[in-house]
Amino acid sequence: MNHPLAESYFRMDKLPHIWCPGCSHGIIMASIARAIDRLGLDKDNVCIVSGIGCSSRAPGYMDFNTLHTTHGRALAFATGVKLANPKLEVIVISGDGDLSAIGGNHLIHAARRNIGLTTICFNNNIYGMTGGQYSPTTPTGDKATTAPYGNIDKPFDITKLAIGAGATYAAKVTAFHVTQMDKYIESAIAHKGFSLVEAIAVCPTYYGRKNRKGSAVEMMTWLKDHYIDFKVAEKLPPEKREGKELMGEFINVDAPEYTALYDALIDRLKD
Amino acid sequence: MIKFLQGNEACVEGALMAGMRFYSGYPITPSTEIAELSAERLPKVGGKFIQMEDEISGIAAAIGASLTGKKAMTATSGPGFSLKQENIGYAALAEVPLVIVNVQRGGPSTGLPTSPGQGDVMQARWGTHGDHPIICLTPDSVTETFYLTIRAFNLAEKYRVPVILLTDEITGHMREKIDIPDPSEIEIYNRKRPETGDVYHPYGVEPGEIVPRMADFGSGFRYHVTGLMHDETGFPSNSTENARKLMDRLMAKTVTYRDDIIDYEALYTEDADWLILAYGGMSRSARAAVKVLRQKGHSVGLFRPISLWPFPEEALSALAGKVKGILVTELNYGQIKLEVERIACGRCPVEFLGRGNGEVITPEMLIETFEEVAK
Repeated sequence: MNHPLAESYFRMDKLPHIWCPGCSHGIIMASIARAIDRLGLDKDNVCIVSGIGCSSRAPGYMDFNTLHTTHGRALAFATGVKLANPKLEVIVISGDGDLSAIGGNHLIHAARRNIGLTTICFNNNIYGMTGGQYSPTTPTGDKATTAPYGNIDKPFDITKLAIGAGATYAAKVTAFHVTQMDKYIESAIAHKGFSLVEAIAVCPTYYGRKNRKGSAVEMMTWLKDHYIDFKVAEKLPPEKREGKELMGEFINVDAPEYTALYDALIDRLKD
Repeated sequence: MIKFLQGNEACVEGALMAGMRFYSGYPITPSTEIAELSAERLPKVGGKFIQMEDEISGIAAAIGASLTGKKAMTATSGPGFSLKQENIGYAALAEVPLVIVNVQRGGPSTGLPTSPGQGDVMQARWGTHGDHPIICLTPDSVTETFYLTIRAFNLAEKYRVPVILLTDEITGHMREKIDIPDPSEIEIYNRKRPETGDVYHPYGVEPGEIVPRMADFGSGFRYHVTGLMHDETGFPSNSTENARKLMDRLMAKTVTYRDDIIDYEALYTEDADWLILAYGGMSRSARAAVKVLRQKGHSVGLFRPISLWPFPEEALSALAGKVKGILVTELNYGQIKLEVERIACGRCPVEFLGRGNGEVITPEMLIETFEEVAK
């Protein structure tokens, strides 16, 4: 018997998905569905937009208004959808390469405008769809098919980038920390301005194999052991913070939302 | 209502009358007035304007808006048109109605931003990767810019094809008298939408209809839109048989319905033994030259494609079989000349006067060239 959540929010005839065994993307996709369910959103009013890449195939499986766009442009298409019809709850699914390399300009400007889009970044530190090239979030020194001697690039912190650009909600979480992920995605969707949840995912097939990270389970265990909430980290002595990665809800503030400002402008011009 | 407008302003007036309620774009000379006037006018009619972060997002947002049911437009010039190409292909494959205005300037690259050019005519046809249907209209006056903008929206809605309104710095910045009609005099076409309760195949054509019906996002039909090859349900398909069916249907749009789309002006062509072929801003010089040449006793006519793509092939072909020659003039190094040669197919010589340095070809230059080649 299928899970009731799957029956309610997924296009069952499109499953199983294309993702590799051990990939985290299904975990994040399910978390989005749970958040929508808990918020009680009308499926007809939810629009899921994606770009190109492994994670961007998610909308095809999800039973909403779904838009699979061009590489990097999900936020740009989504901006048009949201501004044209602000009643729609628009959620953008984008990978680390899609969102922060080819689509980086749209990320900073969507955040700057504080337009009411929710962006869920499936960050697996690699270009999976094209077979394992380094992305803007591949850690320095790690290997990829295009970094055979180790990556000399310095990676982006996508959450910090979004905050710096003006995001009014931003959280980072991992595919292991599903309880927190559910909570953050729910908060992000409920949030009135631009929100981003960076979900750290594992790619055992490309990133993992290239960097000898072990099995999917070992990679998930690594996430469990290394990521701690930044509020917890603040209370730890320096030696215990060594080597830890920070996650948590980094910003959650109210600010005027773009489409509401535009609607107010239309009202003002009626006088 | 009589007004004195720039071509770029007339474009916005036409767009609003056609029902444009969304504009997204990026500033670029010589098209910027289209964005500026849209920014001023759209919120007053409950529409939306947004200045995006770049040219690519300018067209992307317009496609997103069109999917919610709004009539959307973006405008650009030169380099911006190059940047928009990928998403023009997306709109063609996903069948999203959209109007893209390109006010041509001198190119390539940054080129001559404030000078006219017509070097984008082949890019307008084949700029995006892959085979795709496209409609491209090119006006020669402020008044025609107004009417062709309306027509661009109507054709985009009717055929679910991105329509390129290809103007140039001449018609874009020129000011002329224009009589703006009452909206009741204008025929507007709106996309067909599925009826509530229908079993909806977003990419299946209903019997007797031209293109698939298009549901607005948020109207209760939850469907999938993708730039991947897809079947009638809208979901990706790797089937080569399916890809053939989809591509055949898309590519047939501008062939099957060409009589409804194709538009041209034939002036003094009935008795002409020579033709001057010009389009867009350049046809203004050509028209003046033809009139002078006729006064001088030459039996010459003007053939002016108004739809560049699809090209008025049958009409030109009929004339090519009758005349002694065709002089093509355009502000490039001979892009449409190649098309004319293909259509003339050796039945008459095709002469050429073109330039790509930002200068207009004057009637005097055309008259001189004509008298040389048509001896």
